[in-house]
Amino acid sequence: MNIAVPTREQREAKLEGMGCKRKRVEDIRFTQGKGNYVDDVKLPGMLFGDFVRSQYAHARVKKIDDSKALKVPGVLAVITAETLKTVNLAWMPTLAGDVQMVLADGKVLFQNQEIAFVVAVDRYAAADGVEAVEVEYEDLPVLVDAFKALAPDAPLLREDIKDKMTGAHGPRRHHNHIFEWSMGDKDLTDAAFAKAEVTTKDVISYHRTHPSPLETCQCVASFDKIKGELTVWGTFQAPHVIRTVASLLSKIPEHKIHVIAPDIGGGFGNKVGAYPGYICAIVASIVTGKPVKWVEDRIENLTATSFARDYHMTTEIAATKDGKVTALRVHVLADHGAFDACADPSKWPAGFFNICTGSYDFPVAHLVVDGIYTNKAPGGVAYRCSFRVTEAAYCIERAMDIMAQKLGMDAAEFRLKNFVRREQFPYHSALGWEYDSGDYHTAMNKAMEAVGYKQLRAEQAEKRAAFKRGETREIMGIGISFFTEIVGAGPSRNCDILGVAMFDSCEIRVHPTGAAIARMGTKSQGQGHETTYAQIIATEIGIPADDIMVEEGNTDTAPYGLGTYGSRSTPVAGAAIAMAARKIKAKAQMIAAYMLEVHEADLEWDIDGFRVKGLPEKSKTMKELAWAAYNSPPPGLEPGLEAVSYYDPPNMTYPFGAYFCVMDIDVDTGVYKIRRFYALDDCGTRINPMIIEGQVHGGLTEAFAIAMGQEIRYDEIGNVVNGSFMDFFIPTAVETPKWETDYTVTPSPHHPIGAKGVGESPNVGGVPCFSNAVNDAFAFLGTRHIQMPHDYWRIWEVAKGLGLHG
Amino acid sequence: MSVIPAPFSYHRPKSIAEATALLAEHNDEARILAGGQSLIPMMKFRLAAPEHLVDVGAIAELKGIQRVGDALVIGAMTTQHELQLSKTATDAAPILKEASLLIADPQVRYMGTLGGNVANGDPGNDMPAVMMCLDAAYRIMGAAGPRTVKARDFYEGTYATALATGEILTAIEIPVPPAGHGYAYEKLKRKIGDYATAAAGVVLTTRGGRIATCAIALSNLADKAVLATDAAATLIGTALEKPALDKAIAAARAIMSPAADTRGTTEYRTAVGGVMVERALRRALARAKG
Ligand SMILES: Cc1cc2nc3c(=O)[nH]c(=O)nc-3n(C[C@H](O)[C@H](O)[C@H](O)COP(=O)(O)OP(=O)(O)OC[C@H]3O[C@@H](n4cnc5c(N)ncnc54)[C@H](O)[C@@H]3O)c2cc1C
Repeated sequence: MNIAVPTREQREAKLEGMGCKRKRVEDIRFTQGKGNYVDDVKLPGMLFGDFVRSQYAHARVKKIDDSKALKVPGVLAVITAETLKTVNLAWMPTLAGDVQMVLADGKVLFQNQEIAFVVAVDRYAAADGVEAVEVEYEDLPVLVDAFKALAPDAPLLREDIKDKMTGAHGPRRHHNHIFEWSMGDKDLTDAAFAKAEVTTKDVISYHRTHPSPLETCQCVASFDKIKGELTVWGTFQAPHVIRTVASLLSKIPEHKIHVIAPDIGGGFGNKVGAYPGYICAIVASIVTGKPVKWVEDRIENLTATSFARDYHMTTEIAATKDGKVTALRVHVLADHGAFDACADPSKWPAGFFNICTGSYDFPVAHLVVDGIYTNKAPGGVAYRCSFRVTEAAYCIERAMDIMAQKLGMDAAEFRLKNFVRREQFPYHSALGWEYDSGDYHTAMNKAMEAVGYKQLRAEQAEKRAAFKRGETREIMGIGISFFTEIVGAGPSRNCDILGVAMFDSCEIRVHPTGAAIARMGTKSQGQGHETTYAQIIATEIGIPADDIMVEEGNTDTAPYGLGTYGSRSTPVAGAAIAMAARKIKAKAQMIAAYMLEVHEADLEWDIDGFRVKGLPEKSKTMKELAWAAYNSPPPGLEPGLEAVSYYDPPNMTYPFGAYFCVMDIDVDTGVYKIRRFYALDDCGTRINPMIIEGQVHGGLTEAFAIAMGQEIRYDEIGNVVNGSFMDFFIPTAVETPKWETDYTVTPSPHHPIGAKGVGESPNVGGVPCFSNAVNDAFAFLGTRHIQMPHDYWRIWEVAKGLGLHG
Repeated sequence: MSVIPAPFSYHRPKSIAEATALLAEHNDEARILAGGQSLIPMMKFRLAAPEHLVDVGAIAELKGIQRVGDALVIGAMTTQHELQLSKTATDAAPILKEASLLIADPQVRYMGTLGGNVANGDPGNDMPAVMMCLDAAYRIMGAAGPRTVKARDFYEGTYATALATGEILTAIEIPVPPAGHGYAYEKLKRKIGDYATAAAGVVLTTRGGRIATCAIALSNLADKAVLATDAAATLIGTALEKPALDKAIAAARAIMSPAADTRGTTEYRTAVGGVMVERALRRALARAKG
């Protein structure tokens, strides 16, 4: 016999389990152009729908004349609010407890709002039909400036609720007011400020931007009149939620609705909500009896489906003279646009913004958020962020820099002095969270050493002196951000969407040959779930990741789950996977004990199977156990090897990180160069280091874009001035800085595998880091807070304001 | 809403004569299609809705780059990519390649043509200013026969040029600048694929290290490409010393009137327009031999 017995290392490596830089299995089809996206769905007889949209930001719709459109060859129908009223769908509920017009009902409230849906035999006829619909408007005063929304004489936007002075989140105090939400202890906070030695107060705005996934929002709806069944293929980050909402709205029983999210080309929060396009396509399919496709174009995506941010945060910090923070007070003016269509867990109108105490040990804090209506597109989604965490991180990380500057302290030293200490975890924050684990000092010190922080400051001091002597026109900024995120929504006690608790799920079936399929309630939009989920199972039950197929997105086959956003997939579904795997392992152990004729307790797990303690040669691999599970189970045990787990997490997870940016700015043009960007992330247990790195690269690139120019800007009459990729900043490889990544590992104590989630961290932590670099560059010339975005011309304006142009 | 053009008929003539005949037949309803990188986006937005598209891509006479004595002759249908690869063009007037590489992105440059770039009349196009610096002339063919118009006389305003309805720009004729000339094209843009926030081209010659001749032209800083004649005149006989340099920059800024847009305010774009002029002048002077 000459059989080489594989070593433990070889057996371990064969699994490609957790910790392995496994290549992304989904890329095999994506890199060959073989992905299957919604627009690839082509059904016999399929029709196309396209929208007539409002040219005005605020106007009464006097008349919609579709007579010419109906004469365009190929146009079959023009659906308006009047049509939708016959099926009670002219308005739809939003995820935030508000209602939203599906099609303009008497008036329009933002530019490019949906007015009519033209249904035609192909895209070309639909576009010609749209052009031929004539809409008569009477314009109304437009409200763009959030700070003017609550003025007594501000225009009335929402006539439908003008007398309804209580909204989904309590009393409204003005016709443009949506809610007031407060957290923390006001009295204690006020008292701390009253006796504070040093205070700062600044309006820190996080401008409106957009998640802008490369694939826009789209769907194909197909209603089968005979069976009474509806199938919808769509770009859905949360397919099950869409099915439930569709059933509640359409009254079609939920088992007769099939929602399928095929491959998705990026989501970033843009594909969580329900949009008029989905409703109109469904109604059009019911009316015509044919499948109807709706595909958004880029302008529509940027101007009409969910935006992100638009928070104006008045931020106050109280501190002692020697640099210890004593209180935080934040008031947010939250611009939600024309309808409150935020995609937050229902009890959280400002998401998890109360993570705004960040990584610091604030003894007391108080937060008030006022949501308001303006004539802008609805939304307020979590753009690669866990429900307003990005806004919160920006708020606190900017404010900490401002306070450090006022105290004359180094910004890194000030942070180190105020971090929550390792021994304080689990840490109860002043605004109500229980941080699960962290080791901030270790991470910060490692990062400072890696970038050579002291030397950078020394170099900066020299450059500043040279600038003052007139020897250079370049200034140097060092940006720091140390963020704490809150991800993994979430525990059912405080997280639900329209009453549906935010658990997640996994079903694993191990086949007789030892291969397996796993199905989840989440939905990848590029995160690589097919790769990483299989790795968790591989490590848990000893089957090679390559032998495990991961499937998501079909509500008929996948167990119910709440989808993918807010970095919840690994914290919630990842836990469900481990729990389901452990059920399988427990059954396999019973089978192994029977086969090896020992007690279960006499067995131990060994990489890919069970062995008898003390007798390692007596063992059964998972592959052998799978065969036995089907074909020769122990007497009394039912055959088969599968398990389902629904996981309701006990707590959120709290990833954190230390980021540093070094930037050089030409004061004559406002042109900046990112010389260096270093990102240290601690996301707990690391499942696939390569995917983590990819996620960090992508998130940092978005953060770079947002901080340095990506915005949705309105002019004074409510027109979006940058609604295409010519003006909406999406960096190419040329503009994108080089990223250096690093890590520490502080596992989550309550998560089955200790993982925390990382996809959004770089966006959350990156934005303040870039912005702090710009602010830091100018600080020695006397600036205090420079608003984002920092595109060239705005940086130049700062230099001009400082008199640097002679 | 859809970015889908209105219906149109498509023609693909094989010769200039055939093309001019088609254009004459359909008159105002016809539009020439070259690389399509400006026209097709406009059609998708329905800002342009020609009923007849005359694609001149199959006309062999419109292709090619040749050195004819002291002139460089570039066929209108030469793409930016072909221009960049042409040693003949780069040897004769290296500013062409330098500017071409700053246009849009590689994908657009594979399709976009030199003729389309100069005929388009968009102040954001970069080649018109380059052609003004080089004092190029455009060969034009119409139903009434051929004529030639200097780049410096060609531009009238945004999308308004000396081209009459039915005329085709067939080639660009560039007097080859003397050996040892200095040149530079400076362009400030937000990202790859963007038009200029401000851009300036310079072609100059020197004698004894001092500027002997100088042409400065500006892109996207007015409603059309403009030649900064006064600015250039100020610098003759100098080596860019102050105050002559400051006077030249002020003179250049005086003819700038960029619109405020997402690239910045009028004030900003004018300010950096001056910076581009200065940087182009310095680089051009540093390159000049003589
Ligand atoms: C994303 C993007 C970025 C861009 N950035 C830049 C930039 O930075 N700088 C820049 O200069 N350009 C830029 N462009 C425009 C690009 O260079 C175009 O290729 C160029 O403007 C037009 O050339 P074309 O061959 O594509 O012409 P087309 O788009 O086919 O035609 C343009 C116009 O010229 C007319 N025309 C074309 N050829 C002739 C001819 N021979 N005779 C008479 N009329 C003619 C057409 O009828 C049409 O009106 C950009 C384009 C895109 C899509």
